[in-house]
Amino acid sequence: MHAETEVDAELLRSLTPQVLHVLVRRGADFATAEDAVQDALVNAVSVWPDDPPRDPKGWLITASWHAFIDRARSDTSRRNRERRVDAEPTAGSAPTVDDTLRLYFLCAHPTLTPTSAVALTLRALGGLTTAQIAQAYLVPESTMAQRISRAKRTLAGAAFDQPGDLTTVMHVLYLIFNEGYSGDVDLAAEAIRLARQLHAVVDDAEVDGLLALMLLHHARRDARLRPDGTLVTLAEQDRSQWDVALITEGVSTLQTALARDRLGPYQAQAAIAALHADAPRVEDTDWVQIVSWYDELLRLTDTPVVRLNRAVAVGEADGAPAGLAALAAVDEAVPRHSAVAAYLHERNGDLRTAAHLYADAARHAPNLQERDHQTRQAARVNQLLRDGELSER
Amino acid sequence: MAKYLLLKHYRGAPNAVNDVPMDQWTPEEVDAHIQYMNDFADRLEGTGEFVDGQALSPNGMWVRSDGAGKPPVTDGPFAETKDLIAGWMVIDVDSQERAIELAGELSHAPGAGGAPIHEWLEVRPFLESAPTVTE
Repeated sequence: MHAETEVDAELLRSLTPQVLHVLVRRGADFATAEDAVQDALVNAVSVWPDDPPRDPKGWLITASWHAFIDRARSDTSRRNRERRVDAEPTAGSAPTVDDTLRLYFLCAHPTLTPTSAVALTLRALGGLTTAQIAQAYLVPESTMAQRISRAKRTLAGAAFDQPGDLTTVMHVLYLIFNEGYSGDVDLAAEAIRLARQLHAVVDDAEVDGLLALMLLHHARRDARLRPDGTLVTLAEQDRSQWDVALITEGVSTLQTALARDRLGPYQAQAAIAALHADAPRVEDTDWVQIVSWYDELLRLTDTPVVRLNRAVAVGEADGAPAGLAALAAVDEAVPRHSAVAAYLHERNGDLRTAAHLYADAARHAPNLQERDHQTRQAARVNQLLRDGELSER
Repeated sequence: MAKYLLLKHYRGAPNAVNDVPMDQWTPEEVDAHIQYMNDFADRLEGTGEFVDGQALSPNGMWVRSDGAGKPPVTDGPFAETKDLIAGWMVIDVDSQERAIELAGELSHAPGAGGAPIHEWLEVRPFLESAPTVTE
């Protein structure tokens, strides 16, 4: 019974953008239509488990349309629109591929802040309720509701049929994927679903690259954390826990993208992830090729984070001294700088410097898991130092 | 029910009994400590007394307005601050005795050598809404 309810929720959410578009086609404004679809979704979540509809999409369209009319009627300042919507609605034609793409463009409109775009995308395209989104981002529901309605006010002047900005759409999906919070809503899985949906409606090598990147990282997820929530580094992961099906799909998606010869940063990052996925054991990793992909990435987007990760790869490919030399050119203010420095100094045999830097990395860690991990690293190296002193005596 | 804030300090609290910096512990001692803290929070959720808990980065700054039309003044990172908060937990409990009991358990978390840290935690009652019956 539970599984059946799950399937319904999945279906419900995949129908959201289509239903929204039917309403917009019938003349509803985007902001009110989006609220109306949300009303219908919330209603469906409570009604469907006990009374599953025979035609889920028809049910949702009808419920959304009624909700829209209720909203339009209750809003006296919108009398003009009320007169229009009171007329018998024209049958909504099935939304085309372009319709879905336009919704993506609108929800990730460049005038929106990233947090607003994320919230609106999850609601209008992901079919999540405000409560679910709020819970996923650990903010009160009323705060999330305000964020969404402010976003829609910002969009009020934006024309729905304007071509949008695929770069901001991809960035929004990347932000959703990369969010570390974990609640009842699996944001990473949600981002993959949205990227698949985008991939289906737009022909773009970087969209493929983004989807491949997500799939390849998601494949490692079960191996990334121990049952107690502690972090497992890539080198220490049990690679038998990696999801082979996701890796296969990620690699083939990436190959299709690369064959188009329109390289971008998402494809380059996916290529690096694919090379890790390709190594059955950590010592089989093709670090030389990984460095060359970092060089490509650097050419496409020269950021301190890319330089920092490249220094790690150089350290593996050409030895710790080369890695430290590469690190010398990286801005020290970049997050995780001391963590990388600690690792390279340890590999270089300088345990005293490494221990000091691991402790520093713990102090500057951007998240709890990283802090605990670096504290443990500092403790481990300090123990090695103590054991070394004992054996010298 | 009454809400209390349990505050843990990076510095500013009186010295703990077992006062050894964490990077000088063994990795197993670090794991045991983290496990104890997680179990503590889980247990409070189980008893219906947990409200919220967050850890804070030691990196922060002081900020104040510098007048209209000017960017705010910042000072930091906290070089001069004697008191530095590391994190908090909000609990909703029946009595001050219960709040003290729970803070005591949290302070008993294992540290260097597997011995309890006995660190000082600050326990602060919330100022809550006025009750309905006041006479």
